[in-house]
Amino acid sequence: MSDLDLFQKETRKWLEANCPASMRTPAKGEDDICWGGRNFVFQSEDQKVWLQRMGAKGWTVPTWPAEYGGGGLSRDEAKILASEMKRIKARSPLVSFGIWMLGPALLKFGNHEQKLEHLPKIARGEIRWCQGYSEPNAGSDLAALATKADDKGDHYILNGQKVWTSYADKADWIFCLIRTDFSVSKHNGISFILFDMETEGVEAKPIKLISGNSPFCETFFTDVKAFKTNLVGEVNNGWTIAKYLLTHERSGIGDMGTMVPLSALAREKLGTPDGQLGNQMLRHEIVEHEIDAAGFMFTLERAKDEARAGGEMGAFSSMLKYYGTELNKSRHELIVKVNGSDAFEWEGQFSNNGEIARNWLRTKGNSIEGGTTEVQLNIISKRILGLPV
Amino acid sequence: MALVLNEEQQLLKDSAEGFFGEKAPVSQLRQLRDDQDDNCFSKPLWGEMAEMGFSGILVSEEHGGVDFGMVGASVVAEAMGKNLSASPFHASSIVSASIIALGGNDQQKGQMLPAIAAGEMLVTLAVDEQGLHNPEGSSLKAEASEGGYKLTGLKTFVQEGGTADKIIVLARTSGEAGDKDGLSLFVVDRRAGGLIVDQTVMTDSRGWAKMTFEGVQVDADALLGEEGGAMAALDPALDKARIVLAAEMLGMAQECLDVTVAYLKERKQFGVLIGTFQGLQHRAAELFSEIEVTRSVVLKASQMADMGGDVSWFASLAKAKACKTVELATNEAIQMHGGIGMTDEFDFGFFIKRARVVQALYGDYGYHADRFANRSGY
Repeated sequence: MSDLDLFQKETRKWLEANCPASMRTPAKGEDDICWGGRNFVFQSEDQKVWLQRMGAKGWTVPTWPAEYGGGGLSRDEAKILASEMKRIKARSPLVSFGIWMLGPALLKFGNHEQKLEHLPKIARGEIRWCQGYSEPNAGSDLAALATKADDKGDHYILNGQKVWTSYADKADWIFCLIRTDFSVSKHNGISFILFDMETEGVEAKPIKLISGNSPFCETFFTDVKAFKTNLVGEVNNGWTIAKYLLTHERSGIGDMGTMVPLSALAREKLGTPDGQLGNQMLRHEIVEHEIDAAGFMFTLERAKDEARAGGEMGAFSSMLKYYGTELNKSRHELIVKVNGSDAFEWEGQFSNNGEIARNWLRTKGNSIEGGTTEVQLNIISKRILGLPV
Repeated sequence: MALVLNEEQQLLKDSAEGFFGEKAPVSQLRQLRDDQDDNCFSKPLWGEMAEMGFSGILVSEEHGGVDFGMVGASVVAEAMGKNLSASPFHASSIVSASIIALGGNDQQKGQMLPAIAAGEMLVTLAVDEQGLHNPEGSSLKAEASEGGYKLTGLKTFVQEGGTADKIIVLARTSGEAGDKDGLSLFVVDRRAGGLIVDQTVMTDSRGWAKMTFEGVQVDADALLGEEGGAMAALDPALDKARIVLAAEMLGMAQECLDVTVAYLKERKQFGVLIGTFQGLQHRAAELFSEIEVTRSVVLKASQMADMGGDVSWFASLAKAKACKTVELATNEAIQMHGGIGMTDEFDFGFFIKRARVVQALYGDYGYHADRFANRSGY
């Protein structure tokens, strides 16, 4: 038996013994997702136990080095773990910006002390992170950001405002882009710093969206003290880290594109007389979408396998972000169509408080957040196709 | 299995791209067209393809082939798509070789497969009778006669029909047009009495034919597979053929994008390179994305076909997606080139005229989107 076969056998055994039964059902919505953090309220004892067990093994972040709280698994082992979890329909024990955004950036650009300090807490779900990137006048033109950092020796004093800060009201710490030099070109005066959201002078106000929910905040900094020991990488080199991190964010957002079941729902709602959906026009739209969705699924698989074979994904993540988010938008439009007028219920038990409508409206932001579709197409045309600026 | 080419397949891709780029570029197809060449392909090229092993790419080593599998076949077809290389590769080495391998008896395999692999015998398939692909709709009749069969009816859209040595014909031994059962396959010599072959000049300047069977008498051993059981070999062989066609379309789409992007970097209007215009950049980036998705489904379908079993879902996915993408790519290439894209002197005319034919061959987008939905249970 090869090492990988042995690993698979042991993983299967461990998951069988340690994954609680209620964690082997698909997450039904936002409420079922475990985000971790100081103030997280677990939905159940099972959810808590599942996080603790996986966190202790480092399997919330399987490929991170064990010394920083990760599982220390090879990419092949991690693939086995993922497929074994999929086999028993195990929920992800922890979803967090720390895992899929900050962690990879810290691993690449952070120093040893920063990694030791922050990564294990991410792995165990103890600290929940948010991202301080966009500002009122720095959206698609992110590098125009103006949150000001005054150098005070061992620390900075920060003043400014962030916007579209996901879950800033629930997060414990923030990774934040600040302007440390106003005298140089816009890309060269940005730094990447970490600080506690409980620091005096930090205020987060939720923004109500068209979905009625408030996953984002406006975040204000008034004379906030941030220590230089938490500045990641070199001073004024934050844009490099920001771009690296955005590629992770983008492939992550694209990844979500095909999650919601569509054709099964259509079968249930429209019926299948003669083995085909009862509504021919919708069937036509659905199959067109599902062909692209299947194609995108295999493109994600191929991109991961290529990255496994040869390193970074680079600008290809922009293609995944663009395609995945556009697909997710059209998928939710179809889910609305398949449900007909039921889709527009906004309150009440029948619709789980307007879940379909709210999820549909939420997807409209997919092609805006993390760099708009138009920005992704710019990146593809310049960095992949080499078209002139 | 990782969804990437392995080292051997990557080497094959490099050598196929080099080979067709040098030996059979678009200018060769143009020359064949301008010369009104009867074969519609270059015989010396086909000889060299045989030496390279391409003609026996799906044929087992036991029968003299190289047995590189479907990923290998797709890689070669993609290179041919990029260059619009004309050859009987698809008709003989993909479709016919697959049908014979799946449905033929030992004698038929022994007689035909080594000859196909060597490039010495050309075999093709005559399946459709009307413009839209519909194997079950076949009504060409095969009646018992003189210890064998007598074939009567029409076939159209036959690849390399004018040059093939042998034709595998889908014929009805029982039932009505529309029945899946009652169809049988026969191997017929192109020079058989009563068989009239009309070479058809089509948009793609390749070798197509219509065939009229006026009571063509064949022996009992012309039957390939079970009487009434044609679909057992035809369906899976057509699926392989469709995946390889999807790969050919992928190559065409990729070439359209590459040439267009190069043009955007050199053409100036309003005093600047037109590639600086966001209106064109975004269209190019969208096309790039569609091509990447197509690349993924073609590779996935090819890998699944190499693993065996029913790959109809994957084949229809690949063919449907590739049809859409190549349609977009050829249209966008012409539009982004402006007037020059409309000239015969420029090569895009050849791409769009070949693309639509391949889109139609063995099922267009609608056929495969419908089949994909059926296989998915809706």
